[in-house]
Amino acid sequence: MNWCLVFIRNQSFKAMQALCVGGLCMLFTFAGAAQAQEEINAERSEQLGYMLKHDCGSCHGMTLKGGLGPALLPELLQGKGHTVDSLSVIIRSGVPGTAMPPWGPILKEEDIRWLSTHLLQSDLN
Amino acid sequence: MNRRIFLKSTLAASVLLGMGGCSSLSKEYWLPTGDLGIVIERADGKVALVNTSQRKKLAEIEGLGDLSHASAVFSRDERYAYIFGRDGGLTKIDLIGRRIDRRVMQSGNSIGGAISQDGSMVAVSNYTPGGVQVFDSQTLERVLDLPAIGKNGKASKTVGLVDAPGHRFVFSLFDAGEIWLVDFSSGEPKVTRFEDIGKQPYDALITPDGRYYIAGLFGEDGLALLDLWHPEKGVRRILPDYGRGEARLPVYKMPHLEGWAVAGNKAFIPAVGHHQVLVVDINTWQEIDRIPVHSQPVFVMSSPDSRQIWVNFAYPENRHLQVIDADNHQHIQHLQPGEGVLHMEFTPRGEEVWVSVRNKNEVQVFDTQTFEKLATLPVASPSGIFFTARAHRIGL
Repeated sequence: MNWCLVFIRNQSFKAMQALCVGGLCMLFTFAGAAQAQEEINAERSEQLGYMLKHDCGSCHGMTLKGGLGPALLPELLQGKGHTVDSLSVIIRSGVPGTAMPPWGPILKEEDIRWLSTHLLQSDLN
Repeated sequence: MNRRIFLKSTLAASVLLGMGGCSSLSKEYWLPTGDLGIVIERADGKVALVNTSQRKKLAEIEGLGDLSHASAVFSRDERYAYIFGRDGGLTKIDLIGRRIDRRVMQSGNSIGGAISQDGSMVAVSNYTPGGVQVFDSQTLERVLDLPAIGKNGKASKTVGLVDAPGHRFVFSLFDAGEIWLVDFSSGEPKVTRFEDIGKQPYDALITPDGRYYIAGLFGEDGLALLDLWHPEKGVRRILPDYGRGEARLPVYKMPHLEGWAVAGNKAFIPAVGHHQVLVVDINTWQEIDRIPVHSQPVFVMSSPDSRQIWVNFAYPENRHLQVIDADNHQHIQHLQPGEGVLHMEFTPRGEEVWVSVRNKNEVQVFDTQTFEKLATLPVASPSGIFFTARAHRIGL
């Protein structure tokens, strides 16, 4: 695991803003983070869907309508201008100053992009 | 052998149950309620009714909405359970009728609640739009709407709501960093606010004697302590520097604090961002020890005899369960019941502990002396387990 400063390209303003809360732009990254998304098989996608509902759901609500953390419904995320890239940054690095932890240490890059992609779609339930 | 007595419903019974508008006659299952309990089936909006002596699931009650993070309190006659759902639903369940007695949608998004000292009121703490609502426990009619507007002028999420002696409720404002004390002893609610108690109180506990209210802080190290015998002395900070100089580890699930974490003269508290359980002397409020544990602790619960401390953990280490000796702080057991160990509940005198294992759709029952698994009950996505003995405990 290596912590390093990275320059963010092609990320939305919203994600930049979120990351810069607390003045920290330390990002966790994996080699090859920008590589094309690897294939997620059916078993893994089932695990990730379960995790999103139950573990992300412990803060964001099981139906993602919010709780301690904000609601993550697709129309809300789209309305805020989020993209797969911007959501991936938040999931990977967390949001300093809030309860959102960095998931980079325990999820692979393709897992994070799968979660971001599905959060923006309405196909989870 | 089935000891249930099935009472044929009568018109009188249905009137007594107060089911206004319910025209059908309802069955009743007259069992003593002292060994009953409920298990939240979080994914399906259901609650399982269990018998803790027989280790059996008796029934399922449906229609409770989004139950992620749901919790419950009991009426003092142990007939009714009040379930606080994530979607803002407050549901009153009749354990004798095995059905929903009443249900109100009291907010957009709630987190927990408490029942008053005399059992007459149920209070609910909310995330959206924040604040606390108080209801008549019989009718679920609202008696108080208390928006939690902090010193900063903004509505705040409320957490750590408990009942306290003296007809009081206490809760914390997550966003505003305040503790509020609501006193109903004169009939009219009187609110005392304590500001600047620390950043982001995430949950709180009240000691079993109802004297001390302790809020855990997420936004900084330490805890905020309010002596309810002497609220005029204000809130003081304890363990202000338990994590000083150490990098915080990511917290993948917020820890919980419950009244059971006090054992004898010690409080056992999950450290935030450190894989430790903190031990505090409740006479001096000084740190006595830090016990290294497997991962980020979520629930740190004391057995009713105060001898054992059971600890579960945040994702992705939530298949583990560790047991610590409250006397010498040594680890005495490490169990792995399965993925998704979400909650534990001791039988009233602590000879057994019931454990929710979410991903396996099981509640497992362990002997607390031998750690042998005594029973496995099929329960879909179980989370919170609540036994009726809570009805008579301050803060639960």
